[in-house]
Amino acid sequence: MKKLFLVLPFTLLAAAAMAQIDSTLLRRKPKDAAANALNMNAVYNRPFLSVAKLPVALGGYVEANWQHLGTNGVTEGHQFQMRRMSLFVASTVYKRIKFLSEIEFEDGAKEISLEYAALDMEVHPLFNIRGGIVLNPIGAFNQNHDGPKWEFVDRPISATQLLPDTWSNVGFGVYGKKYQDSWVFAYEAYVTNGFDDRIIDNREGKTFLPAAKQNPARFEESFNGVPLITAKAAIRNKRIAEVGLSYMGGIYNKFQDEGVVLDARRRVDVMALDMNTTLPKLNTAITGEWAWISVDVPATYTQQYANKQRGGFIDFVQPVYKRSLMGFEKSVVNAACRVEYVDWNVGKFEVTGGNIADHLLAVVPALSWRPTSQTVVRLNYRYSWKTDVLGNPPIKTAGFQLGFSSYF
Amino acid sequence: MNRLFIIVITVFITVISCRKTEPSLPADSQMLDGPVEGLTASQAQQFLRGDAAFNDQVFTKETGLGPLFVSASCGSCHAGDGKGHPFTTLTRFGQSDSLGNTFLASGAPQLQNRALPGFDPEHIPAGAPFSKFTPPANTGMGFIDAVTDEDIIAMSDPDDADGDGISGVPNWITLKSYVVPRVGSINKNGHHIGRFGKKSGAYDLVQQTAAAYNQDMGITSTYEPFDTYSGQAIDPEISNQTLLDVVFYLKTLKAPIQRNANSADVVNGKALFLQAGCGKCHVSELKTGASPVAALNYKTFYPYTDLLLHDMGAGLDDGYTEGNAKTSEWRTPALWGLGLSKNSQGGVYYLLHDGRANTIEEAILLHGGEALGSRNKYNALTAKEKQQLITFLESL
Repeated sequence: MKKLFLVLPFTLLAAAAMAQIDSTLLRRKPKDAAANALNMNAVYNRPFLSVAKLPVALGGYVEANWQHLGTNGVTEGHQFQMRRMSLFVASTVYKRIKFLSEIEFEDGAKEISLEYAALDMEVHPLFNIRGGIVLNPIGAFNQNHDGPKWEFVDRPISATQLLPDTWSNVGFGVYGKKYQDSWVFAYEAYVTNGFDDRIIDNREGKTFLPAAKQNPARFEESFNGVPLITAKAAIRNKRIAEVGLSYMGGIYNKFQDEGVVLDARRRVDVMALDMNTTLPKLNTAITGEWAWISVDVPATYTQQYANKQRGGFIDFVQPVYKRSLMGFEKSVVNAACRVEYVDWNVGKFEVTGGNIADHLLAVVPALSWRPTSQTVVRLNYRYSWKTDVLGNPPIKTAGFQLGFSSYF
Repeated sequence: MNRLFIIVITVFITVISCRKTEPSLPADSQMLDGPVEGLTASQAQQFLRGDAAFNDQVFTKETGLGPLFVSASCGSCHAGDGKGHPFTTLTRFGQSDSLGNTFLASGAPQLQNRALPGFDPEHIPAGAPFSKFTPPANTGMGFIDAVTDEDIIAMSDPDDADGDGISGVPNWITLKSYVVPRVGSINKNGHHIGRFGKKSGAYDLVQQTAAAYNQDMGITSTYEPFDTYSGQAIDPEISNQTLLDVVFYLKTLKAPIQRNANSADVVNGKALFLQAGCGKCHVSELKTGASPVAALNYKTFYPYTDLLLHDMGAGLDDGYTEGNAKTSEWRTPALWGLGLSKNSQGGVYYLLHDGRANTIEEAILLHGGEALGSRNKYNALTAKEKQQLITFLESL
């Protein structure tokens, strides 16, 4: 029923906007291709379709793929997957007031979520107010995660299995930007609802921040009444790079209920560093992100649940062919490679002093073809080594993935 | 351009058609997990259900974990169905003789040394005898389960009638109310032969599994309905079907397969193993009796155990026991799969009942009591012979 309430307004809105429209009235509003666009702009920096003078713009993206992966000689065969479809609706309410929402259907319709729905009010370029369901700006991928922007079928493991991307919560915050010559300085800060004790009590058997996404109540009430604080500062020079430093932290456990003290206040703190650049002359795009997580796990709990984690990824994307291909005049073929690493449990066993493993390393060489900048067809070969908590010989998984992702 | 397209497509089809781009399956002999040969389709399905429950199901507060526990899943203690790591070592306490456990009111017999946030884990009461148990490998247990009581008794020699200094005895235990004795099970004054656990304190895999859910993870079942924290009978937190699927999974895990059995060092090592008398307790060959699972029915297998208790001397006497075993008595552990132990113990050996030995040689040298003679014979071997004997053990 709840899903129905989410889907219905979007369907009606889309139907109302699109029905019986003369296609010549449709205007494609391209995404901002400015060299100094920041990751924090990504939520609005998408191609939207607007209809005549309607103040509403629509957009979305879709991604689907085939894959054949094998794990230590065992495969589930050919898999065809509809990873996700997202619909955006944006509108300018008034001169400096705008609204954007995004609803996402993952794995067919197995998971439907209102990923973003926030109202922005510009008081000054350095002081904008945003409220609603917002993307917590931790790292860069959480804000800039649209499939068509990436050359890889899978999202980074560090983004989905370490950080809880896509991680959005109800709350309010402020942000601002300052442009000066080739430089852009930006900041964001939000207070939102946050994590719950699933992060150390989940079916993954490890400290797992994404487990908090399983709590559907987080959009209506805070688990413990203490706001999660997320803040990010970023700086970009359009000839050099963008670098962002972000922090997210708060209390994750229910330390009291009905006035009765249940436990100590236990914190989760996350720091992330992200960067992206394009090498001059070579045009090699490099994007990376690294996160450190610290969780106050009770000493009487099991060390299977870590109090320290870390991980990240780095992508290299090299355009190798830029001209017409199969009738698409502005085709670009890229060779790319992602290297990613996640250590879900940084520490040593109290009983032996030996290293706790529980980590994963993956290398993903890729080829992508972009018939337009908004559509990508991508072929990935993925090879990963996953080591269990004891450090036993790694489980190897490898195989090919072929898919596409496109804005529409 | 068309040529480029054709080349790309051809390369793509060639590449994805090649399974060699995916990691290969390790040799069967290199893995402990996998089913016995000859399961029917329905048995294979039950095996897979049990596999998923054993290796994939992680308990949480919502699904019944704790509040006191040792581990949150079966698989975390038995990685790859192999021996465990000191990280998940169990501690049992409270019993020092055959009169029973005198610390039951303090949480005995098993220490739940971990607790959900907000709860305090257990501690060993002052004065309580205790022992630490490294989780065992799970493989081949269906074969051990199907050995007849007669065969076990035939291997025993309680009065050392043959005068070899070795006097293995069964652990005669009192059955839990839910345990159904096997057909042909021998009853001695209301007691039956235990065959699972370091002290042979468990009769069968149902008891072993139900107790592990309850004592290791704090999961109640209709078999073990008492919450380990409150002591109260509470609703089952796992279904009978799931528990029995896990029992079936454990029962039908294949026996470890020996590697390099024909190499000269292994052959010589085995001969030295037998000459040193190790094979008197670590009996190489056993056979099953009748089993409802055809794959286990009247089979010969090679576990290197006699399933009997032996006095291992003061060095291995922790002062704690179970059933009618003496504190210095331990059930002969099966040696099959020994060489693969490191693959489940994080690359290091943790051998003997509590993982105190980090090499096979260290484990041999810690043998005492009835095994003293064999230890002395091992010590008398040349360095090359010792290595051959160890090579043989690592091939198992």
